[in-house]
Amino acid sequence: MSEKKKKQRVSPAEVLRNNTVPLMFIVICAICIPLSGFSPSYLFNEIVTRIGRNTFLILSLLIPIMAGMGLNFGMTLGAMAGEIGLILVCDWQIVGIPAMVLAVIISLPIAVLLGWFCGTILNMAKGREMITSYIMSFFMNGIYQLVVLYMMGSIIPIRHSNIKLPRGYGIRNTVSLLRMRQKLDKLIPLKIFGADIPVMTFIIIALLCFFIIWFRKTKLGQDMRAVGQDMEVAKDAGINVERTRIISIVISTILADIGMVIYLQNMGNFATYSSHSQIGMFCIAALLVGGASVDRASIGNVFLGVTLFHMMFIVAPAAGAKITGDSMIGEYFRVFASYAVITIALVMYETKKRRARSATGQQLALEQQREQEAA
Amino acid sequence: MENVGAPLLELKNIKKDFFGNQVLMDINLTVHEGEVIGLVGENGAGKSTLMKIVFGADVIRETGGYGGDIVLNGEKVIFNTPFDALNAGIGMVHQEFSLIPGFSTTENILLNREPQKKNVIAEVFGQRMSTLDRAEMNQKADEAIAKLGIRIDTDMLIKDMPVGHKQFTEIARELSKENIKLLILDEPTAVLTEKEAEILLEAIRGMAQRGIAVIFITHRLQEILNICNRVVIMRDGCLVQDVKAAETSEAEITKAMVGRNVVKGEKDAIRNFDSGESREILQVKRLWVDMPGETVRDVSFDVKEGEILGIGGLAGQGKLGIPNGIMGLYEAGGTVIFDGKEIPLNNPRRCLDASIAFVSEDRRGVGLLLDEALGWNIAFPAMQIQEKFLRRYLGGLIKWRDEKAIEDVTNKYIEELAIKCTGTKQKAKELSGGNQQKICLAKAFALEPRLLFVSEPTRGIDVGAKALVLSALKRFNRESGTTVVMISSELEELRSTCDRIAIVSGGKIAKIISAETSSEVFGALMVSQVR
Amino acid sequence: MNENTIEKKGIKETLSDALKSFGLPRIIIAGFLLLLYIMAPIVGADLPTQITNTINRFSWNAIMVLAMVPMVHSGCGLNFGLPLGIISGLLGATLSIEFGFTGGFSFVMAILLATPFALLLGTGYGWLLNKIKGGEMMIATYVGFSSVSFMCMMWLLLPYDSPNMVWGMAGKGLRTTISLEGYYDQALASILQIKIGNFEIPTGTLLFFALFAFAIWAFLHTKTGTAMTAVGSNPVFARASGINVDKMRLLSVVMSTWLAAIGILVYEQGFGFIQLYMAPFYMALPAVSAILIGGASVNKASIANVIIGTFLFQGIVTMTPTVMNNMVHMDMSEVVRIIVSQGMILYALTRKTEATR
Repeated sequence: MSEKKKKQRVSPAEVLRNNTVPLMFIVICAICIPLSGFSPSYLFNEIVTRIGRNTFLILSLLIPIMAGMGLNFGMTLGAMAGEIGLILVCDWQIVGIPAMVLAVIISLPIAVLLGWFCGTILNMAKGREMITSYIMSFFMNGIYQLVVLYMMGSIIPIRHSNIKLPRGYGIRNTVSLLRMRQKLDKLIPLKIFGADIPVMTFIIIALLCFFIIWFRKTKLGQDMRAVGQDMEVAKDAGINVERTRIISIVISTILADIGMVIYLQNMGNFATYSSHSQIGMFCIAALLVGGASVDRASIGNVFLGVTLFHMMFIVAPAAGAKITGDSMIGEYFRVFASYAVITIALVMYETKKRRARSATGQQLALEQQREQEAA
Repeated sequence: MENVGAPLLELKNIKKDFFGNQVLMDINLTVHEGEVIGLVGENGAGKSTLMKIVFGADVIRETGGYGGDIVLNGEKVIFNTPFDALNAGIGMVHQEFSLIPGFSTTENILLNREPQKKNVIAEVFGQRMSTLDRAEMNQKADEAIAKLGIRIDTDMLIKDMPVGHKQFTEIARELSKENIKLLILDEPTAVLTEKEAEILLEAIRGMAQRGIAVIFITHRLQEILNICNRVVIMRDGCLVQDVKAAETSEAEITKAMVGRNVVKGEKDAIRNFDSGESREILQVKRLWVDMPGETVRDVSFDVKEGEILGIGGLAGQGKLGIPNGIMGLYEAGGTVIFDGKEIPLNNPRRCLDASIAFVSEDRRGVGLLLDEALGWNIAFPAMQIQEKFLRRYLGGLIKWRDEKAIEDVTNKYIEELAIKCTGTKQKAKELSGGNQQKICLAKAFALEPRLLFVSEPTRGIDVGAKALVLSALKRFNRESGTTVVMISSELEELRSTCDRIAIVSGGKIAKIISAETSSEVFGALMVSQVR
Repeated sequence: MNENTIEKKGIKETLSDALKSFGLPRIIIAGFLLLLYIMAPIVGADLPTQITNTINRFSWNAIMVLAMVPMVHSGCGLNFGLPLGIISGLLGATLSIEFGFTGGFSFVMAILLATPFALLLGTGYGWLLNKIKGGEMMIATYVGFSSVSFMCMMWLLLPYDSPNMVWGMAGKGLRTTISLEGYYDQALASILQIKIGNFEIPTGTLLFFALFAFAIWAFLHTKTGTAMTAVGSNPVFARASGINVDKMRLLSVVMSTWLAAIGILVYEQGFGFIQLYMAPFYMALPAVSAILIGGASVNKASIANVIIGTFLFQGIVTMTPTVMNNMVHMDMSEVVRIIVSQGMILYALTRKTEATR
């Protein structure tokens, strides 16, 4: 017991190092909020909306991290599946909550298929999962364009011209989801401090959080943690490593699919060919801002991250404009901050891995030195 | 369907070869319920291979299976995977820990055998969605640990544990399996402190009393005499002795272990370098090396100019750490003086500059550029260190690789060492182990060093190649006057090649003696300080 | 492997080995390109124009693909951080114009001005990559992205005031696209240009590439080049042979970054414009896939891979739109390009490679 306690006592420097990224963002926000000149109620309203919009998507990243597969850049695959579902229900002119449910039902098999494909490929590239899933998102984007830009309207029937390109096939650059806009968010209306609270969305997010907590306690969750920490040992113990890894990616893809539908019902429209590729990057950045790392992420990281990240996103352009007189600076700054935060998190993860490796060596050297001194 | 009275396990005429290289010959062994058997032998005697066969290890099936029969409870069994063996009640604790670092003791003990609670979702999506029954897990883990007769904090994470507790966790995992009948322990006490080892031995006695048979592999002979019913000694793939522990002694076991093999190849006269006339070319003082699994502690020795010094000892005792530490491949401390000048440690370049070369025991990892041509492999260090095989242009500004010179030197060594290959352009990974080893030697020879470290030069190569490699080394030593330090696990090989032999035990040099000394003395030295 | 089989290896096996090493995806891509060339005249596209286009685009891009070679050789993997080098090139280009150099001379000055940036950024980048061995590719990608988005701010903030480059209205902040007319537009291409009807060869640009390709080829034949290759092939072997592994890797990263800087300048002189802001963002991916299509893997690459790969990749990029447009009146080139190039990178990443540690 005494040893356990000793291990748990961490030096302040260690705490600081482990939380560099969230602290940095707190400082950025603290500087930018007064500069931006936004009223607290405006900020509160914006943050609440964005938490509702984005959290489900970010939660979809947790399970692959648990299975040791790093940040799932392939979550965009789920987002694509969700978009295809939405395009179809849009064309069938279904409205409101039923439209969302139907979109999820249609896209679910696609998400499962894409997730399975992605998982299989990642199993072939063990140790390089992140770069592979990242390239995978680009590759699938090509396939998505092939389907949406060329096959929809020519092979897949699309009846309504308001979403079709004038040339007769392919989907327009923007698809309007006016008929389901914020239908979920406003299902149970509630106003606090003048801000609309998307109660139903929050309930769904809470359910997902409970699901994830429960999932960690299942046999499958336990197997994923084992696989994530040491594939060889897990395999020796009889766990089907490959299958477990594929399942983790499939679950992540399905969650990203549902998350995308929730995200887009809040937005009310989407850029057919670009919203999914941006969403992956922003979700990963938000998770990392919350203090997660490549091998460890919790639900707390998600909520802290989504709050800090979006706070920065709201205030940076206005603050940038105040300082430099150019609103573009702030826009670029927030893009830069997103990428920089991912870079820093990746670098810290890799250096930590190396530190852990050399630590055992140092310990041995010390032990010998002690022995030599004694001798 | 238990056959009453039949022994628990019988091995009948077990044979095994790896690609024509016979490693086990006609092994017969019987294990009864509740019996503790000590299995001893030098490294490479075949202990591990035999246990792998019993445990159904994948590597056995992948290399063409084995000959002979395994009979369990009077019935012939064939284990295709370790899981078959586990189901039949055979458990094995390997030397390397097979534990998940971020899991607690309980979670590791019950890894993939967790008791579960059913729920609705599991009915739909299958078994894996049922939740873990933590209370029962803790209870089962506690039971298993209690069987060992020790105390471990079941909530502690493996990565925070002292090494001994990890070992206990591994054993507890095997014990938690309900049908366990036979437990194989591969050097379990190697990582334990003396006190922990005692607890483990006590636990083994307890297991035996409950009817579990134990096969216990160790280099600490006293432990064997303490707790085993029988001692089984292996040498060169044969079972040479199977006696009651009460009827033997440490000395007798050592003698049987080391044995007297027919010396391979011609034996040159032992040269005497102790007369004081010969200069000390290398002095090593208080060297420590942090090489995982081969730790060196406070080693001092001298090498005489022109001799072949052997360094022997059991695996894991630190003999490999010595050359790797001096050459800067692993972190090291102490003083190394070569030819009167001190060589800074932890910098391979300085050793090479001082004309010391090294043939690593890790051929594929350290010794070769597997994806490159033979010419590159042989010429590379000489090119980089001594600027050989280069053509200079613009007054030495451009140092161009001289392909012709590389080809010439490669052909020279291919001929000299009888390397079988299609030509100098063949890739190193396409050669057999023996020929790869010759390439490694050629690489060192091309440096024309004054001192050559050769580590395990004959590991994993066939008999014919062994003799060739050893005679090439001897010739190189005699003809070019290069001092050679050869590290090997095979004592007979050292005795036939070297002038003096240093035996390493417990990370320290036990003694340096003439190669003519009898093998019993060597055997005793090998196990003298084993830790 | 058994020695006897090696000795008895017949011609047939050698041939099938060669075919295997060329790789199925490459054969498919080469076949596809050949088909496009055959189809071009049938669907009514002008073949000489098409070939000219391919050669032109080859000449613009080849040096950026060449920039992949040093880092692959030293075991740093594919240089997804190419944008860092491109930024150095862009800094050189804009500074050269800012200082008032014109014509062909502005190209020379752009290279000279870009060099210190490339060396500086390359050193920092190399130092970082040495700290994170094993995770190079992912981090390189994000180093590229971060630096591009950082420079987006800088292009607005840096005190440029050449009227040809800044926004007319504000009088500050660089434009997204800057025309090179009067500067180094076609500076290399116009040297010794060959013109036969619709058929044009930008001899100067090709020679310029040949110069660099030869330099890299020669470098890989020197003592240092050999050491670099050994570091990539087996870093432990190299260390045991007294090589300073980190130094070699750093050198390769600096070389790669500098080549990328030159590469973007050559691209601009052919294209005729400087593209700033988000333009360099995805420029690494075409270069990466080009060298992979040419037969390179994550840890092996040669000059031949560069030439074959750039030609195949640019051939497909230029030929698909024309042929597709003429055939089915659908411009699917973008989609084909994405699927081919990303598919190729995926294929390379899933290959098992021994030297990856």
